[in-house]
Amino acid sequence: MTTDNSSITAPPGAAPVGESLGRDAWRRLTQNRAAMASLALLVLIVIVCVAGPWLLPWGLAEVDWNAFGTGPTLEGAHYLGTDANGRDLLTRVLYGGRVSLSVALVASFVSLVIGVLYGAISGYVGGRTDNLMMRFVDIMYSLPFMFLVILLMVVFGRNIFLIYAAIGAVEWLDMARIVRGQTLALKRREYIEAAHALGVRDSKIVTRHLIPNAIGPVIVYVTLTVPKVILLESFLSFLGLGVQEPLTSWGVLISEGVDMMESAPWMLLVPSAFLAVTLFCLNFLGDGLRDALDPRTR
Amino acid sequence: MLSYTLKRLLQAIPTLLIVITISFFLMRVAPGGPFDGERQLPPEIEANLMAAYHLDEPLPMQYLRYMGNLLQGDFGPSFKYKDFSVTELIAQGFPVSLEIGGLAILLALLVGLPLGIAAALKRNSTVDYLVMGTALTGIAVPNFVIAPIFALVFGVLLAWLPAGGWNGGALPNLILPVVALSIQQIAYIARMMRASMIEVLGSHFIRTARAKGLNEGEVIWRHAIRPALLPIMSYLGPAIAGIITGSVVIEQIFGIPGIGRYFVQGALNRDYTLVMGTVVFYGVLIVLMNLIVDLLYSALDPQIRYDD
Amino acid sequence: MTSTPFSKISRHLLATLGGITLAAFALPAQAFSINIANGAEPGTLDPQKTSGTWETRVTRALFEGLVTYAKDGSLVPGLADRWEVSDEGKTYTFHLRDAEWSDGEPITAEDAVFALRRVLDPAIANQNANLYYPIVNARAINAGDESADALGVEAVDSHTLRIRLTQPTAWFLQALAMTEAAPLPEHVIANEAGWVQPGNTVSSGAFTLNEWQPQSRIVVEKNPHFHAADSVAVDKVTFYPIDDAGSALNRFRTGEMDIAYSSVPSSRFAWARENLGDALRVGPLTAEYFYMFNLHDGQPLADKRVREALNLAVRRDIITDQILGQGQPPSFWYVPRNTANAPQGELDFAGMPMDQRMARAKELMQEAGYGPDHPLHLRLNYNTLEDHKKIAVAVAAMWKPLGVEVELINSEAAVHYATIREGNFEVARYGMVATINDPFDFLNAYADNGSASRSSGYHDATYDALVAESTGELDAEKRRQLMTQAQQRLLDDYALLPLYDYVSVHLVSPDLQGWESNPMDVHPLRYLQESEQ
Repeated sequence: MTTDNSSITAPPGAAPVGESLGRDAWRRLTQNRAAMASLALLVLIVIVCVAGPWLLPWGLAEVDWNAFGTGPTLEGAHYLGTDANGRDLLTRVLYGGRVSLSVALVASFVSLVIGVLYGAISGYVGGRTDNLMMRFVDIMYSLPFMFLVILLMVVFGRNIFLIYAAIGAVEWLDMARIVRGQTLALKRREYIEAAHALGVRDSKIVTRHLIPNAIGPVIVYVTLTVPKVILLESFLSFLGLGVQEPLTSWGVLISEGVDMMESAPWMLLVPSAFLAVTLFCLNFLGDGLRDALDPRTR
Repeated sequence: MLSYTLKRLLQAIPTLLIVITISFFLMRVAPGGPFDGERQLPPEIEANLMAAYHLDEPLPMQYLRYMGNLLQGDFGPSFKYKDFSVTELIAQGFPVSLEIGGLAILLALLVGLPLGIAAALKRNSTVDYLVMGTALTGIAVPNFVIAPIFALVFGVLLAWLPAGGWNGGALPNLILPVVALSIQQIAYIARMMRASMIEVLGSHFIRTARAKGLNEGEVIWRHAIRPALLPIMSYLGPAIAGIITGSVVIEQIFGIPGIGRYFVQGALNRDYTLVMGTVVFYGVLIVLMNLIVDLLYSALDPQIRYDD
Repeated sequence: MTSTPFSKISRHLLATLGGITLAAFALPAQAFSINIANGAEPGTLDPQKTSGTWETRVTRALFEGLVTYAKDGSLVPGLADRWEVSDEGKTYTFHLRDAEWSDGEPITAEDAVFALRRVLDPAIANQNANLYYPIVNARAINAGDESADALGVEAVDSHTLRIRLTQPTAWFLQALAMTEAAPLPEHVIANEAGWVQPGNTVSSGAFTLNEWQPQSRIVVEKNPHFHAADSVAVDKVTFYPIDDAGSALNRFRTGEMDIAYSSVPSSRFAWARENLGDALRVGPLTAEYFYMFNLHDGQPLADKRVREALNLAVRRDIITDQILGQGQPPSFWYVPRNTANAPQGELDFAGMPMDQRMARAKELMQEAGYGPDHPLHLRLNYNTLEDHKKIAVAVAAMWKPLGVEVELINSEAAVHYATIREGNFEVARYGMVATINDPFDFLNAYADNGSASRSSGYHDATYDALVAESTGELDAEKRRQLMTQAQQRLLDDYALLPLYDYVSVHLVSPDLQGWESNPMDVHPLRYLQESEQ
């Protein structure tokens, strides 16, 4: 490779990010129809999950003793069927959506913030610091997660915030490695070195130049983290840390549905469909966001 | 570069020591022991079992005993699989996991990278939407859903392939687990490659290269793909370590005798020696993979240097 | 299996499923070989270190006891062809038949002595060693207080074995039928390390161990030295450790497996009954599903009225019919009804109509000081499993009308059982499985210093005395009466909440004969035959 193909991202012209960034980005985002449609649908899903259960005739834990594992039917108002305990599936999917969406939001955000900052600092400072920080990441990767979870549970009891903590604790590692890799490549670019020479503070270089220029892979990886987090939650539920009955989540509903896929396919299809639509929306929104935030398009 | 590599390998020793020490105490402080099962044992018998596995000694003493054995390369006998040592179990299972996982990674790269590149080049075209739509479906459907569906549809209903079993690694037995394992990876790689390519294609130097009148194919092949691979490499390092050590879901559903199950079941059974064996093994792989990735960074982008 | 039964089972399944492969690996035409989906990878094939059915299914094919099981689960002579009981039930004398290990060495009474000493050796740490405590000095030896040669077991001559007990024990023969007590080849075990590996081990049973690939398969082949080798039809059996029930079911459907143990979870049972008809075998099991109550002082369930109310409100038929649907008998007792010598009697409200039961339950809760304004908050622990979850959810819903607010707590098995052991629960799901076909395990658990007594805090001197007396009573009918009285004390105290007797659910190719359901769930391979075409 020669040196002239080295500047893999932005030219030095990347403007110092001013107050207008938010407004600018928002304007560009609103012009992206796929992203806006996805955003609207996501908002709709959130509203339905939050408000829907109040409008439905069945409660979360309410058992219809006449309808164990029945398919979608108007009779008894089980529009999407019932589960093996005779509880209304639509109601449970909506309640489960509250859990899964909030876990996805919080855990992805935690992993995003920790991962991006950690990775950027590690890569930018480099040398011994980078080495130490990355060995810490290696250690975190290698620890047996299940015991970490069980111990968290013992020390802090069962608590929904622990789910966020446990998931956040593992999910930021990939993000940190990715951002560090990008930073290692970016920090030798002329514009970063120029900024450095001009005496721009390191913290400013990291937040204003490095991170914005690594934003593409970051946003995509966040959208990839969401399904991971939602499914990881169902594993935590298996260990007893995740949601407890009668509350449920999409991950738990899907794993319950797998068991029944031949005899009661709706139990798998309904929560899977909610999850899939959410992921599609997040993905298009993520792409739109990336374009909107790209420093070069300004 | 050689001295850097050597230095990193030396650093692996304290890293692994920390991992082993934390894991050992983490595991032992967690509630539930290897003999907590449906059958609650009479006290005399439980005492015999504890003594047989030295679990009646003080914890620091057990730790020293374990480290002493480990230094001699002895991971000890498995608590659960009593007729085998942990070393034997890993030695027998790892080649299987490596084969399934390696093939899955290979398939994922062979399919995922071209798809991602194609989607980036034809951005916002039908090709792009088709590829990304398929990839998203792959991401949205988890392993534990796709694997039973594959086994049922291709193994039982259509009967094109064996519904499960290892059969010494015969090709027909490999196909379903490898494909099921790779689907998610294909999706991940395609998604990330697309984003990364778009980033690179929009960058200053690619525009310069084009302005210089370089032929488009050359621009893409020579200048765009290599830097675009960087974030993929970052992701793949730990991901490969995870995939070649097996997936408990895939192994259980397709009856694959790999080591993925030991990670989960070892922990569930409180098979302390087996858990420690898997932790050490996985730790070594993580350290190695991340080292390889760091070395590959410099190969992909010569400006990345490790100074000291 | 030969190609004939394979194609037959394939045709059978084709009719119902459409499109099935013929399994590709048929053996030479004469060999009769069987593939078994065996549930899980055996942790060991040392018959004295096993802990589960997926292990004993293999070890029982390799090692024959002095007494052993027939295909219906009853006891029949094994390596001993006859025995006498004397000294008021305290001395057993076994006469061994002329039999050989698979290497041609004779099987002697010394081998039996060796095995019984070894099973009580603290270093072996056998989990069922307490079943042999009735033997003179056994308990002290197992505790490390006596040397092994003090054991009350002696080889009178090479074919005569004498066992002396400290007191008559009604179920002692059952304990000897466990693979734990089977004579072991002292000449091979002299070197303990790896003695159960293929090539190292010898066997006394109908089969020899030929191959063991962990997590992949175990192959056993017919043992020509077996004392009844002429009557064994099966030439080769391959055990596959398939721990995913759905996967075992799949491979049975393709015809690859001839027997698939525990391969039909409740979620697929209705489907299997419709589509796999005569292959589906549901049988009784000596195992009980119940909720353990914590009766320790200060616990809400120390109040008997609350325990009665909780028992009254649970509609067991809904759980067995609607949620499980595999034919489990709803249970109003503690010892499963299909256990040999099972005590009689049941919870006093068993015949009462449901509305009366609910009215009575509400009354009791009120008396105990609970009601809609002052609900009882209860924690219900269960180990993570789909069926346990469904049942817990249903029970919580049934208790709700009583004003009981249930917090459901699931955890993985090790944590769950540690929680029970430490008594750190209010209501906990429990599955009690008998090791021998006798009420002993069940009744003993709630007796003084039994596992359930320690965890739940149940203490009743009368109960303890009845259980102790029943163990020494050799007259079957008198013993049953004693055990019935004991169980009734437990039930009248509502010390636990029984839900149902377990059933076994297996898939067995209709082309196999000689496989019978039985409460011990033992299915000796030596009796399997190909069906007449």
